[in-house]
Amino acid sequence: MAKKQTVRLKVNGREREADIEPRLLLVHFIRDRLGLTGTHVGCDTSNCGACTVVLDGKNVKSCTMFAVQADGAELLTVEGLIQNGQLHPLQDGFKQEHGLQCGFCTPGMLMSSYALLQRNPNPTEEEIRWGISGNLCRCTGYQNIVKAVQYAAGKVAQGAAK
Amino acid sequence: MITKTSPEVGGMGHPIKRKEDSRFIQGKGNYVDDVHLPGMVYGHMVRSPYAHARLKSINTEKAKQLPGVLAIITGEDLAKANLAWMPTLFFDKQMVLATGKVLFQAQEVAFVVAEDQYSAADAAELVEVEYEELPVLVDPHKATEPDAPILREDREEKSNHIFHWEVGDRAATDKDFQNAPVKASVHAISQRCHPAPLETCGCVADFNKATERLTVYLTSQAPHAHRTLFALVGGIPEQNIRVVSPDIGGGFGNKVPIYPGYVCAVVASLTLGVPVKWIETRSENLQSTGFARDYHMTAEIAADRDGKVKALRVKTLADHGAFNAAAQPTKFPAGLFSVCTGSYDFGNSFCEVDGVYTNKAPGGIAYRCSFRITEAAYLIERAIDVLAAELKMDPAEFRRKNFVQPDQFPYKTPLGWTYDSGNYEGALNKALEMVGYKELRKEQAEKRKKGELMGIGISSFTEAVGAGPAHTFDIAGIKMFDSAEIRVHPTGKAICRMGTKSQGQGHETTYAQIVAQELGIPASDVIIEEGDTDTAPYGLGTYASRSTPTSGAATAMAARKIRDKAKKIAAHLLECSEADLEWETGKFFVKGAPSKSKTIQEIAFAAYTNIPEGLEAGLEAVDYYDPPNLTFPFGTYICVVDIDKGTGEVKVRRFVAVDDCGNVINPMIVEGQIHGGLTEGLAIAFMQLIDYDENGNVQGGTFMDYLIPTAVETPHWETGSTCTPSPHHPFGAKGVGESPNVGSPAAFVNAVVDALSHLGVKHIDMPITPWKVWSVLKEKGVVS
Repeated sequence: MAKKQTVRLKVNGREREADIEPRLLLVHFIRDRLGLTGTHVGCDTSNCGACTVVLDGKNVKSCTMFAVQADGAELLTVEGLIQNGQLHPLQDGFKQEHGLQCGFCTPGMLMSSYALLQRNPNPTEEEIRWGISGNLCRCTGYQNIVKAVQYAAGKVAQGAAK
Repeated sequence: MITKTSPEVGGMGHPIKRKEDSRFIQGKGNYVDDVHLPGMVYGHMVRSPYAHARLKSINTEKAKQLPGVLAIITGEDLAKANLAWMPTLFFDKQMVLATGKVLFQAQEVAFVVAEDQYSAADAAELVEVEYEELPVLVDPHKATEPDAPILREDREEKSNHIFHWEVGDRAATDKDFQNAPVKASVHAISQRCHPAPLETCGCVADFNKATERLTVYLTSQAPHAHRTLFALVGGIPEQNIRVVSPDIGGGFGNKVPIYPGYVCAVVASLTLGVPVKWIETRSENLQSTGFARDYHMTAEIAADRDGKVKALRVKTLADHGAFNAAAQPTKFPAGLFSVCTGSYDFGNSFCEVDGVYTNKAPGGIAYRCSFRITEAAYLIERAIDVLAAELKMDPAEFRRKNFVQPDQFPYKTPLGWTYDSGNYEGALNKALEMVGYKELRKEQAEKRKKGELMGIGISSFTEAVGAGPAHTFDIAGIKMFDSAEIRVHPTGKAICRMGTKSQGQGHETTYAQIVAQELGIPASDVIIEEGDTDTAPYGLGTYASRSTPTSGAATAMAARKIRDKAKKIAAHLLECSEADLEWETGKFFVKGAPSKSKTIQEIAFAAYTNIPEGLEAGLEAVDYYDPPNLTFPFGTYICVVDIDKGTGEVKVRRFVAVDDCGNVINPMIVEGQIHGGLTEGLAIAFMQLIDYDENGNVQGGTFMDYLIPTAVETPHWETGSTCTPSPHHPFGAKGVGESPNVGSPAAFVNAVVDALSHLGVKHIDMPITPWKVWSVLKEKGVVS
């Protein structure tokens, strides 16, 4: 077993520190060490996107990174989307537009959509489809996920206009 | 007709938002890999790199030395407990861990248990297995040739042939073919593919040595059936087994069988006395667990010169891999494949299927369908198109001419099924209108003049779902009824438990709507619980679109039992006779005096506080529902494609889906199911393939090369519906989850073939990749 290293990072607004093996994947760190099981593992080749989190503002697949590479970073997982008891407009959108069925891809979809709306607050349908193209869903056929993201974009715009 | 309740009650037909969503959108689902128990350890499977090899030796010494390693289980160890083999769900057996030899690549060879998952994986690398390679059988067509290697030395019959099954009148059908003026045939392969739900399979086995109870958290579509199988095979008293199927990240048939990893985790927990978690990787999921299809089919149709079909003859070779692990509860080796006469009024018909072993992963499971009906629907819808083209008839008109007519229902097919209800032309007409069929044909003709490739594909499928009547369907002898238990609390709220298990279908919402419809208790006041065998009534689980036809029906029947009792209590409260009472959603009132009434909530309170003499306290009921027949949903799908001549790429421009699944519980959820099923149909038509090279190396064993559509490849779906209720279901519903997956592959393929038909193309096998299309265009001289 390799010598352990200390990582410090901010997860959902909270400082976390741990001594870990350098080979520990970020997704396993999040799930097993931090107990944040909303981030899922759906494949072993970085295709499915179920493990997507937002790292320093960008969506990343947390199975493609070692946790030590996230040292010093700011991390947002699905558990951090809710603010002061209020669902994020994306979370609300997924429910309102029936953007989920089994729910397994949903956290990853939410995080990719979150990063997309940060980059592009008013995406077209095609931009949304490309924006979530790193995330696989086997249940919904994506159509209602697209509607959910549009719903959220509308809500965010409304909020900004107020 | 279904009486529509108010939106507040939220009975049938209301598109109410899903109750289960709240936890999933907040990352608070509880999937099997989220189960974390004190002292839990981890299992990792050692798998064979060879497709067919003699197992010479297994050396676990180095692996055992690794810190953290707790146990290594081999086939020889399991053999001592008589567990090296286990029964499949279809009269065969399969190895849990290999003894003697391995029969497919990625077969389970040893199970390593360690304190953490990284150590378990490290130790698995250190297990030294010596193999002696044997000749490999990949091509099912060569399985019965004299020089083929015999794969299954454990069987008495030294042959790779598993079964021959036939149904229908061979002689009469052959005679019709001899006399027929018009014949057409198609050879079509429904290729080996995999359901690949986004969550892989896995379990946490937790044997408590003090209580002698075994709890298994399991990705199970059929938790009760699995409990009974664990008891029968493992010899553990059934009361000491609790199977908990937590949230499931999609199933699509993949999570019906019992897999070797589950058994190994249970054995490890029994041995070590601690909880053992085993979660397969995606590659393990694709390479070793329940594949689907692999049917190599030929259909021939005999017809009149004016285009009326007469006879159907079907011959099929089924590749089951190393073990016949077909997950299907019919008595027929090819399940519901004989629904292959589809929506058409055939005379004499004959269908035969032969199953063989090859050096491939075992199966096949029913991938989002009822036991081989996807293969059947694809074949007949392809064959109908081939015949229409042969006769130079429009495929829509040709279908219309040959449909089973509404007045023929209940319709007995020549191969022995009785369709409950249908109006095929109604669905076809609606789809043609929605898509603008005439204009599209005009556009196609104009495009052809310009050398552009555009195609229109139709599929008018008939589905068969809801297994099933107990006389035809069982799992290991357990009849395919299903169940519901409703308990109404004193304050008028309720909890219901079912024998089925949602994997994303939205049961927590739809079953509550059935209760709301039947009892008038608002759906928001009803909790649905499934998947825990300690609390739910016995059931056979969720697959084959059977939840609504069976447990949904049981829910309505249980609710009606409660209503009967509620009526007695209401009569007592209103001091009248039961005969004077009438029911209106949510209350009983006195005939002619509607102000004298008692709501279901008032009655519920009285059931615990003011019970009439002679009546038991409480307000609850259980129902075990054995459906009198399957239900037969149907629809017409129309696909429009444009083909890029330069690249061979097929673009799905439009897709119209008109479904008829009888009375609808929640139209939002039904539409979602259709979107999802169409997307899997698209994947099968254009992308998904598990192939093998000549050495039996699996191609398509990871998400790098087993292609799943993303949002970019997936088109915008246009949905519509007609409504022909099932006459035998308590509220006229039929089930819908699988129709789009069953009906759509033919629509996609028919569209591509239609685009190329003027070049003389009659058929292209799935998956239709750009390379295949481009190769056809090159062969036909369209591109150089």
